[in-house]
Amino acid sequence: MTITTPDEALDAPVEREKSRSLVRPLLVLAVITVLAALVPSVLSESRQSIAVRVLIFAIMALGWNLMSGYGGMFSFGHAAYFGIGAYTDSYLLVHHNVSPWISLFIGAALAALVAVVTGYLAFRYKLRAAYFALATFAFAEMLRLLATNTHWVGGSTGLHVPLLTADSWWKLQFAANAPQYYYIGLAMVVICVLITLLYLRSRSGIYTVAIRDNEDAANSLGVPVMRVKLTTMALSAAITAVAGMFYAQYFMFVDPDIAFGQAQSVQAITPAVIGGVATVWGPLVGALILGPLSDLTSSWLRNPPGFLDFLAGRSGLDVIVYAVLLIVIVVALPKGIVGTVKQWWRNR
Amino acid sequence: MNNVLEVRDVSKSFRGVHALSDVELDVEEGSILGVIGPNGAGKTTFFNVIAGALKPDTGRVHLFGKDITGHSPHRVAHAGMGRTFQLMRPFGSMTARENVITAALTRGGNHRAAARRADEVIEATGMGTWADAVSDSLHTAALKRLELARVLATSPRLLLLDEVLAGLVPSERAPVVELLAELREKEGLTLVFVEHIMQAVMRLSDSVVVFDRGRIIASGAPADVVADPVVIEAYLGQELPGA
Repeated sequence: MTITTPDEALDAPVEREKSRSLVRPLLVLAVITVLAALVPSVLSESRQSIAVRVLIFAIMALGWNLMSGYGGMFSFGHAAYFGIGAYTDSYLLVHHNVSPWISLFIGAALAALVAVVTGYLAFRYKLRAAYFALATFAFAEMLRLLATNTHWVGGSTGLHVPLLTADSWWKLQFAANAPQYYYIGLAMVVICVLITLLYLRSRSGIYTVAIRDNEDAANSLGVPVMRVKLTTMALSAAITAVAGMFYAQYFMFVDPDIAFGQAQSVQAITPAVIGGVATVWGPLVGALILGPLSDLTSSWLRNPPGFLDFLAGRSGLDVIVYAVLLIVIVVALPKGIVGTVKQWWRNR
Repeated sequence: MNNVLEVRDVSKSFRGVHALSDVELDVEEGSILGVIGPNGAGKTTFFNVIAGALKPDTGRVHLFGKDITGHSPHRVAHAGMGRTFQLMRPFGSMTARENVITAALTRGGNHRAAARRADEVIEATGMGTWADAVSDSLHTAALKRLELARVLATSPRLLLLDEVLAGLVPSERAPVVELLAELREKEGLTLVFVEHIMQAVMRLSDSVVVFDRGRIIASGAPADVVADPVVIEAYLGQELPGA
């Protein structure tokens, strides 16, 4: 037996053509990868660092987007996971001579573990929305203070990655502005996009979106809410820790503020929000905007143009610029650039 | 006959307000139980307690002979109980079909199997023509249908329905009522449903319980219950709507 469809249900519902096929996103990714691979050949050496910044932003934002975009668990403390990745790498390298490639996995696992423990506590005590975000923020601040007061990770002065005399793949160290850094970062971004694409098509990924849309409904249908949320948090944290490890290797220095400071949390959020929350490509687009912008603001602080003389020797301009940008985007393009374009494409 | 659901001595208070007091109830396998009562009588709280969304202060709930008191909703769901919500709760960013597939996935099997199961349910509930619409853009009537389709995709053995007919125009109600009757006939589904539309209660129910101020004040065959003076009193002396 079938039921006839009520006509009013059909009153202009938004049809969506959505396929689970990976062909199209993989093609897009392939095109992006090829174009991105050409960048070092067209970019002057002094600009390589901007490109690497873009890649680091992209990894952080991809990580944040899984938990906070697709999962709806708004994190204001992704610096915690970034810092764990950065500190795990530099500590193991400085004190135990461990290769960053090994620390990569240790840091990611550690960040995932920390995410699961904090997530469990937060959900156990039913922290939601703003309270959850505040808890993540407080936790990152706690790690910052912990790092500041722990002498075996260098206290407030932090850790310097020891300088080698020759390039080394095993120790992930090359001459400053060597294209190797860029290609390694690019490979990491591509892998993180692949993980995102696959995760969203997995059972756990589908449940993650269902829980974001309506937790009670998901729970009543048999979705193990806590387990799914923690899985997503763990994956998000692990990806962000990878960005931290790469950051430490590239800049060869971490301290508690760089690793666990609020600015780092903001830098995970901003590209995703600008590009488009809960879109696969949004974090990449956002990172592409934010990378050059962060370089511009820091060069303005070093050598301010005439009319900005008062900026000389100050700091924090980048965070101010991000904040303004965030406000503008949230007001003008709440779905971000990719989200807005997608919507326009559908309604055209 | 076996009891699918046994509720013993269940009470639940919110800040001193007795939402449920000493509720006792048995539901036989394959039967259809109508739950009626004035607004605020505790019907939805009763559903929330047996489905695991709320923990009772006292009492036990047994489902298929197993004690499920205080189990979380997803465990209760896997034990064979499905429920719908009075206010529709779609996964708004997904299409109607994706909503149903998500529900089917919870019963194991890969995505392909879940999609197949979803297609069966979509056809049975007549969602075919708008199954690929984003559920946020659907109207009440469609969302009610989606709510039902989604829970059916989990193949529950006991189904709790909270006012699935409310918000539907009369011509839309009849097919849903027929579908429910058919599910019981063909699949042996046990049904407990809260409903204000008395025609549907009379048509479907084997027996009816009446809630008032957190207590069950009457139970029995539908015709006897609506004639019970205690029940008429609970409805403030009015004729029962539609009875």
